[in-house]
Amino acid sequence: MTNLRSAGEGFVPPGAKDFVLPPIFDSIPWLTKPILLVALSVILVSVFFILSSRKAAMVPSKLQFAGEGVYGFIRNGMAKDVIGPEFMRFVPFLFTLFTFVLVNNWFAIVPMLQFPTFSRVGFAYALALITYVVYHSVGVKKQGLFGYIKGIAFMPGVPKPIYLLLTPIEIATFFIVRPFTLGLRLFANMFAGHLLLLVFFLGGEHLLQGVIGLKIVSPFAFIAGIGLTFFEFMVQCLQAYIFTLLSALYIAGSLADEH
Amino acid sequence: MELTGSINVIGYGIAAIGPALATGMIFTAYINGVARQPESRNVLQPIAFLGFAMAEALALFGLVLAFVL
Repeated sequence: MTNLRSAGEGFVPPGAKDFVLPPIFDSIPWLTKPILLVALSVILVSVFFILSSRKAAMVPSKLQFAGEGVYGFIRNGMAKDVIGPEFMRFVPFLFTLFTFVLVNNWFAIVPMLQFPTFSRVGFAYALALITYVVYHSVGVKKQGLFGYIKGIAFMPGVPKPIYLLLTPIEIATFFIVRPFTLGLRLFANMFAGHLLLLVFFLGGEHLLQGVIGLKIVSPFAFIAGIGLTFFEFMVQCLQAYIFTLLSALYIAGSLADEH
Repeated sequence: MELTGSINVIGYGIAAIGPALATGMIFTAYINGVARQPESRNVLQPIAFLGFAMAEALALFGLVLAFVL
């Protein structure tokens, strides 16, 4: 990719086309790098948590401590505080969601991999769809279909004329805006972050091939790129946290009798 | 010197001012709350991040539109 870039004389800024990766084998059109990364992330997460929980002991090993730390963070810091008394049956879902998103986001800055899976919009929306189905089905199961829709559309304790305004907004929020923003937030953050790093590193590489004055400034582009890599690390963790937190909040909203 | 590019990006820069201020205000309120009452941290944290995520979503709509249009 980089070599193609610098072959021409002008700098071609990275754009959306850099996210369309060709299939690895020409004969299998669906087998692209993001697909492999998703599979790799599943293997990594599974192996890590199987290893960390296999020899569970009263005095935990370092690995067990790390695994239980992540689990405890999701169970106590997120599920228990947000969902309330019924939290335990959602812990597996939230825990899987968090670790899966986190590892896939980390791939953006892991050397040799360096591609965030969720910068392809389809993956992000597949996850958002799962959350969408879960929180609606939980609500329908708890309150019945009619009661659930009624709870969304007609919030109790509001003067009647306000419903004219509130009902369309609430319905749009629950059925359109929530899944749309949930997927979009993850996708756009990963997309923008990857693009940002591309700009700095490809730009620095391009400056290196310019005249002597440009060569002198190019290290600053690389230094800024390294700094931004750490910033991206923070964003990746934050986005995994927010995705899981919002899923938990939506589930909690569906479980509550009154919204 | 000739500059070429998409003016959408300038529009996105302007559009990002609002969410930036909003994010700042959300965390101001969160920090103030925790500073006044440190034990309320666990209650405030999800709320602060929820608000942050809402404000950030607006900036991200702008980002997507800057690419799409």
